[in-house]
Amino acid sequence: MVTVAVTPDVREEDGEGGRLLPPTVKELFVGFFVLGVTGFGGVLPLAREALVVRRRWMSDSEFLDLLGLCQLLPGGNIINLAFAIGMHFRGVGGAIAAFAGLLAVPSGIVILLGAAYAQVRHDPLVQHMMAGLAAAAAGLLFAMTLQLGAQLMRDVRALMVVVAAFVAIALVRFPLLPTVVILLGLSILITARRRA
Amino acid sequence: MKASPWALFMLFGQLSLLSFGGGNSVLPEMQRQIVSVHHWLTAQEFSALFALAQAAPGPNLMIVVLLGWHLGGLPGALVSTLAMFGPSGALVMFALGQWKRHHHRPWHAHLRKAILPVTVGLLAATAGVIGSAVAVSPGAIAITVIAFVVLALRKASPLLVLAGGACLGAIFQA
Repeated sequence: MVTVAVTPDVREEDGEGGRLLPPTVKELFVGFFVLGVTGFGGVLPLAREALVVRRRWMSDSEFLDLLGLCQLLPGGNIINLAFAIGMHFRGVGGAIAAFAGLLAVPSGIVILLGAAYAQVRHDPLVQHMMAGLAAAAAGLLFAMTLQLGAQLMRDVRALMVVVAAFVAIALVRFPLLPTVVILLGLSILITARRRA
Repeated sequence: MKASPWALFMLFGQLSLLSFGGGNSVLPEMQRQIVSVHHWLTAQEFSALFALAQAAPGPNLMIVVLLGWHLGGLPGALVSTLAMFGPSGALVMFALGQWKRHHHRPWHAHLRKAILPVTVGLLAATAGVIGSAVAVSPGAIAITVIAFVVLALRKASPLLVLAGGACLGAIFQA
């Protein structure tokens, strides 16, 4: 990722502005709590800024390293990151504190939104607004797909896996578990074969 | 109360370890189970809750908390959240030690390379499933296309685009 080059990790060399003490369980909760509050429209860039630059819990390369693991494994990236960073510093207790902190405010807000919507959902204006909101949210998903898929554009075999996943899930509505098992196996084979 | 805590636990627990690529990849299966298998919601209701969750701050998949609350009250919300994030979180904690020791091994890069096309395909499927569920009128389709173009050109933040979509929906009665 570009961030490594743009923000070289200088703190490890100069002792002055160096790393602070490892965060306590409470600090982990508070740190991720603040991320949850402020993370409107994408928490990831914010997480790097808060954890690496502002709180100095870890270096950029450590952050990217943990993020790599979180992106590889199933689960939301930021939620996985909370588990990983909490675990890294304070074990299971730290992981649970970071996770609970991250979800506290967003959970409350989403339930409030849901309760408000349940009250007014038969209002025609609200229905039109929700239809527009949902349509825009779908556009967001298409844009995310394009952004993530752009790096595969020249890779015909990878694109075949993409198309197969789309057909199986969106068109055939095949169950997810067998689809993921088969396609992941296929994709690993293709990748390994190209190496050999 | 439409769904028992146990039914929600089973549903989201199954999805947890399948949520490759940041979580959105399980939305079609979530929708299939909730709409077609259990008949707890219609496809339109599911899309509306998805849109609400997208408009809220925080990580992806806040829709899980909202669905749990909507289908099973506060116990439903708690159980759904734990079932969705517990197994994947436990896997992260378990894998962390191994990762720190072996993360420079080449097979990690290859595994990541192999997962990417699956993730992109599942995300495309998510966009297709949600997109067709919300395409209830020509106006709604137009809003999806406009939102896509604006975001693909990176001309506005996602939150602004969502707000714009809601306004356009109200004005043009999508």
